[in-house]
This record gives sequence, C-alpha cells and structure tokens, in this order.
Amino acid sequence: MEYFVQQLINGLTLGSIYGLIAIGYTMVYGIIGMINFAHGDIFMISSFIALSVFLILTTVLGFTFLPVVLLIVLIVGMLFTSAWGWTVERLAYRPLRGSFRLAPLITAIGMSIVLQNFVQVTQGARVKPLPPQIQGGVTLMQGNTENGAIVVQMSYMQMIIIVTTLVLMAAFTLLISRTSLGRAQRACEQDRKMAALLGVNVDRTISLTFVMGAALASVAGLMFLLLYGVIDFYIGFLAGVKAFTAAVLGGIGSLPGAMLGGLLIGMIEVFWSGYFSVEYKDVAAFSILAIVLIFLPSGLLGKPEVEKV
Amino acid sequence: MADSATTQRGNDNSLAASIRDAALAAFLVAILGFFFLALRTDIAPGGLALTTRWGLWFTAIAIVFAGRLLLNIFVFKTDKPITRVLSGTGSAAGNALPGLGKWLGRALFAFALVLPFFFITFFPSQQRQFIDLAILIMTYIMLGWGLNIVVGLAGLLDLGYVAFYAVGAYSFALLSTHFDFIGFWVALPLAGILAAFWGVILGFPVLRLRGDYLAIVTLAFGEIIRVVLLNWYEFTGGPNGISGIPKPTLFGLEFSRGEGGFADFFGLEFSTIHRFIYLYYIIFILAIITNIVTMRLRRLPIGRAWEALREDEIACRSLGINTTNTKLTAFAIGAMFGGFAGSFFATRQGFISPESFTFLESAIILAIVVLGGLGSQIGVVIASIVMIGGIELLRNIGFLSQIFGPGFDPTQYRMLIFGLAMVLIMVWKPRGLVSTREPSAVLKEKKKIGADMVAQGEGH
Repeated sequence: MEYFVQQLINGLTLGSIYGLIAIGYTMVYGIIGMINFAHGDIFMISSFIALSVFLILTTVLGFTFLPVVLLIVLIVGMLFTSAWGWTVERLAYRPLRGSFRLAPLITAIGMSIVLQNFVQVTQGARVKPLPPQIQGGVTLMQGNTENGAIVVQMSYMQMIIIVTTLVLMAAFTLLISRTSLGRAQRACEQDRKMAALLGVNVDRTISLTFVMGAALASVAGLMFLLLYGVIDFYIGFLAGVKAFTAAVLGGIGSLPGAMLGGLLIGMIEVFWSGYFSVEYKDVAAFSILAIVLIFLPSGLLGKPEVEKV
Repeated sequence: MADSATTQRGNDNSLAASIRDAALAAFLVAILGFFFLALRTDIAPGGLALTTRWGLWFTAIAIVFAGRLLLNIFVFKTDKPITRVLSGTGSAAGNALPGLGKWLGRALFAFALVLPFFFITFFPSQQRQFIDLAILIMTYIMLGWGLNIVVGLAGLLDLGYVAFYAVGAYSFALLSTHFDFIGFWVALPLAGILAAFWGVILGFPVLRLRGDYLAIVTLAFGEIIRVVLLNWYEFTGGPNGISGIPKPTLFGLEFSRGEGGFADFFGLEFSTIHRFIYLYYIIFILAIITNIVTMRLRRLPIGRAWEALREDEIACRSLGINTTNTKLTAFAIGAMFGGFAGSFFATRQGFISPESFTFLESAIILAIVVLGGLGSQIGVVIASIVMIGGIELLRNIGFLSQIFGPGFDPTQYRMLIFGLAMVLIMVWKPRGLVSTREPSAVLKEKKKIGADMVAQGEGH
C-alpha cells in the first residue's frame, strides 16, 4: 500500500511534466491540424535556457535566495523560449500554411533535427548536471513490509511541480474560455476562413498559440531540470514523443484530454517501472496507447471525426 | 518574414524598410542566440561553469543582418527579384517533366548500371569511397521506394518504417549466425517474409485509425521494436548488437584472398574493390526489383485500390473495395522491401546494433519520399542523391577547414545542415522536387496532372 502511494506520487509528478508539454502539441494540432514535431526540442531548448539563467543568477550575480532565483529563471525562460517557439512557427510553418498536410510535418521534423544539432554544436554533447536545489520533503505515511520499513515521502520539489501544474492549468482554462484571445483561438480551431472573415487575425492567433505552447513547455523544462538535475541535447525527443503520445491518448485537440493523457502516461511509466521492469516502460506506454486507440480511435476525450460525404 | 516584405514591394522607401526588417531579424537572432552562442555551460571542477563567446554571438548577428538585408534588397522587396529567372526555369522544367522525367530516368539508370566502372576508370584513388557512397544512396533509394508504396500510393502515413528495416536486418543476422547453412541469398527472402509478417501485425491494430493517430501508432511501433532489440540481451545481444554477419557470396564464391575466392576463380588479381562492386550490384538489382514491382502493382487492381484509398476511403468502401485487405497489403509489401533492404544493410555492415534503427532513420526515409514528391519514383532518386549524397560529401570537404581554421570539423554540422536543407527544400517546393504525377489510368490520352490534384498523405 505504501509502495503504491509512493508510486502514485511519482507518477503524478512525471505526468504533470508530460501534461504541460502535451498541451503545446494539442493546441497546435487543434488550431492548424499539424504535429509540431519540434515541440519536444523547444522543451529541451527551454531547459538549457533555464540552466544558463540559473547559473548567471547564482554564480555571476551572486543571488542566494532560491525562491526569487527560481521565479526569475521561470519568467526569463518563458520569455526566451517563447521567442524560439515564435521563430520556429514563422520560419518553418507559416510559409506552408494552406499547403498539403505532409509538408509542415516534414519541416517540423527538419526543425527538430536543426534544434537538436544546434544545441549539440553550441553547447556540446555531454550531459549537464545540476546538483539538486530543493531538498527535503514531507513524510506522508509510514509502514512496515517484509522488506523492512517503508516511508512514503513527497518531496518539496514534487509538491512544487504538482501545484504549479494545477495553477497553470486553471489559469490556462480561464484564458481559453474567458479572454478574447481564447475566443479567437477557438474560432480559428472551428473554421479558420470564417474567423478571418469576421475579423480575427488568424496569423497572429496561430503565432500566439505557438508562444503559449512554448511558454508552458519552458515551465516543464525548468521542472525537468530541477527534478532530474541532468539535461542534454537529446532529452527533447523522448519527452516530446511521450507528450505527443499523451496528447493522442487523451484525444488530440482537447486540452483536458492532454492533461489526462499526460497523467496517464506518467502513471503507466512509473507503475510499470515499479512493479515490472524499468527497461520496458516505454513499451508499456506505447502499447497502452495502441490498445486504447483500437477501441477509441479518437482518444479518451476526443471528439470522433464525422466525415460528411 | 517573406510575406510582410511583399506588401512593401514597389514602395519608395523600400531601402529603409529593408534595413528595418534586417535589423529586426538581427535582433531576433540576438535574443535566440544569447543563451546558445554567447554563453556556454561546461562541466568544471566544482560544478558547472559559464564561458562567454561574445565574438561568435556578434558574428552571427552580423551575418544574419547582412544576409537578410541582401535578400531584402535583391529578392523580397524589389520589383525584379533575381530569383525570378530561377523560379521561371524551375517551373518550365516542371512542366516538361513527363517527357524529361522519362529520359532522366533512363539516363540515371544507364549511369547506375556502369557506375562502379565509371568510378574505377575516372577516380581510381577514391573508387572505394565513391562506390561505398553509391551503395548507401542506393539503399536509401530502395527504402524510399518501399515507403512510397505505403505513404505515396496508399496514403498511409508511416513514421515507423525503420522497424521493418530493423526486422529485416536482425532476421538475417540471427538466422545466419545461428544456422551455418543459411547464407545471404537464403536469408533474403526469409527476411522479406518476416518483415511483411510484421507489417501485417502492425497493420491490424491501425486499420481503424486515420491521419495523425496512425502516424503516432506507427512511430510507437518503431520505438517498441527498437526498445525490445535493445533490452532482449539473450536473443539480440542488446546494445552490443550482433557482429560477424557473413558477407554475401557469388554462387558460393567468397570475395576473399587465396584459393577458391572470386578473384582466384576468374583468374583476376585480388582486390577488395570486387566485394564493393558486387554489393553495389546486389542493392542495385534489389532496388530495380522494388521499382518494377511497384510500377507493375500500380497497374493491377490492388494498385488502383491503393490510389483510390488514398483519394477517398468512403468512396472506396461504397464501391465495394475491401479496405482492410488493401491497407494490409500496402503495409505488407512496403514492409517486405524494407526487410530486403535491412538484410542487405546487415550483410554490408557485418555488424548491426539497435543504434542504426532510431526514429531519425525513419524521418530521413520519410523526408526523402516527401521531398522527392510523394508517389513519384524518380523524385525519390533525386531526393536521395541530393540529401544523402550531399550530406556524405560534407565529410570529405577539406577546404572548409582551411577557411575556418584547423579546429573546424564539418562532420559536426552534418545533421544541422541536413535539417536546414529539409526545411528549405520543403518551403521552396512544398509538393516535392518532382511535382507532376504520371496518371496510372488514362482515357485515350495521357494528360499531365499536377501534384496539387492528388491527395497526398492525408492518411485515411
């Protein structure tokens, strides 16, 4: 039981990170119907920016009060990562707007290769370790098993991640449902041509979608850096594939679906590693995706596509 | 940034606008590059250390400013863009392509037929290197043609094609290392059958999926195969891979020095190049078989059904086409050619490991198919030569290190340039390099059809 609860907490933490990245995929898919393959690499870029900002603040400027440092890192990281998200859309996707569907997919894969290799060339291929910054936690449960005492712990880092994700999700839902930007996005999602006729600046809305996706990915990037403490130029690929899997599992195009899918994929991975084998956790996540899609071809919360003839 | 420029065209103060635009671009590069060009984090004693490289940062900003300004002045914001001539001839070539394509295809075929002897005669010092490169390009051409069946003809977006390549390679490697009597020529059809079998296994669960759902499941399938190969130590050797895979023989003749070897049998002087020439002709024949089979299948009912499925699945069903069988055969036949190419890869390398079968490989093959122009056979050839050949040539360019100093290593930038080329070619020609299609069924006379008329990769 204690072991289960501990795994549940770990799963929630990992799932939150996946969920934050998955939102970027699902929003872009909803609005222009393409897989933004470079999104995982935007996440990777953001973790490098976070690392650099953190180092500038602590070693060069000598800040020591951690909450302020992390807040600055978060804000600066969001701003700079948004610039990356905007640029990728501007260079690789906007020229292909209205072209056939595989063209932006190929430029997206190309952009993903470019970003990975750009970081590899400029920052080196070796991993960058960052010692754990936030230590300690709260003991939730204690129990005895045949293998000895087991303590269920929720570290402060995990709490921060889960709380931040919840806050961002709430803010984001409000943004989509209440603001004019959110209305414009939903309008573009339903019918881009009609939205343009009614005075919505479609290009600007799409750009802002990429900016928002990148900003959320940068939060995930900072959390990843703090939680695992190791980054390299390749982390974007696997995280991106998992987050995309999460988005598809939840039903691509649906925001609550992305979050739900992210949590599920995180849980599956953690529980599979905890109870079966670590090596095959990716296989488990992907197999469950395939099984779910066989029975629900448009994901858990996705709307089934109705094709009119 | 190009279309904001077009509105300014013909404006009197276009120079000022050009400079403003270039300055914006430079500013953007300054922002984007700050944490990557100006700063670098490295592992140092006692944690991570930051180093600054202001020179690199300023150089990048200056290059972008100058480049953007020149582009603005000569291309984007002028009435007579210098690229007009270029795009004019480009479209003219595109229109003439049905005829030209046929002749280009024949010319390329004839050249490929004599290619090893061409290199031996004209580049004797680098013959091995060039023939090796030709083998590599030919492998990608074959993979591209195989994937073209699934994506280009049947319209099923497959992001995990490398899985079948891996199945083919591992089938041959395992069969030949466990059973001594199985050589390349026995294992080749077996590898193809096994890969086709896996194609059907993948095909079943994804029958109901469409578009991007299909894409992610195929991607996941590719990853599953790779992870299993990586972790099943007892069977596949895990990350160490399988080595000692036998080389192909010519009717039992080995390409080795001494008695009973190929050179000895034919009374030639022994040379390692013989084996390369032989390998080249194997992959050449395999690729040609792939092409012929594809072209023939297009004329058969099954090929017509694939193309009909690509255009409209619902119409297909209402006309009584069995979409299940159609999709499964597309997956199986595409996978079979992937399996052939895989076993060739295994015998050429003599060593395989899961590292050779990453998603990047799938992405490269898909990129070749899409960049060439989906459904176009000659397009795959051109895209393979341009992308793979161009990238491999970067390895050997010596003059770059003379410009950038001895520390400059062009291989480091290979994939960076590859990715940029993918983006640029796609933006330049979204329908692929070859943008006309041969109709597979005609009434009375052949008419040219543009790629715009064909549903491509909509992934029904």
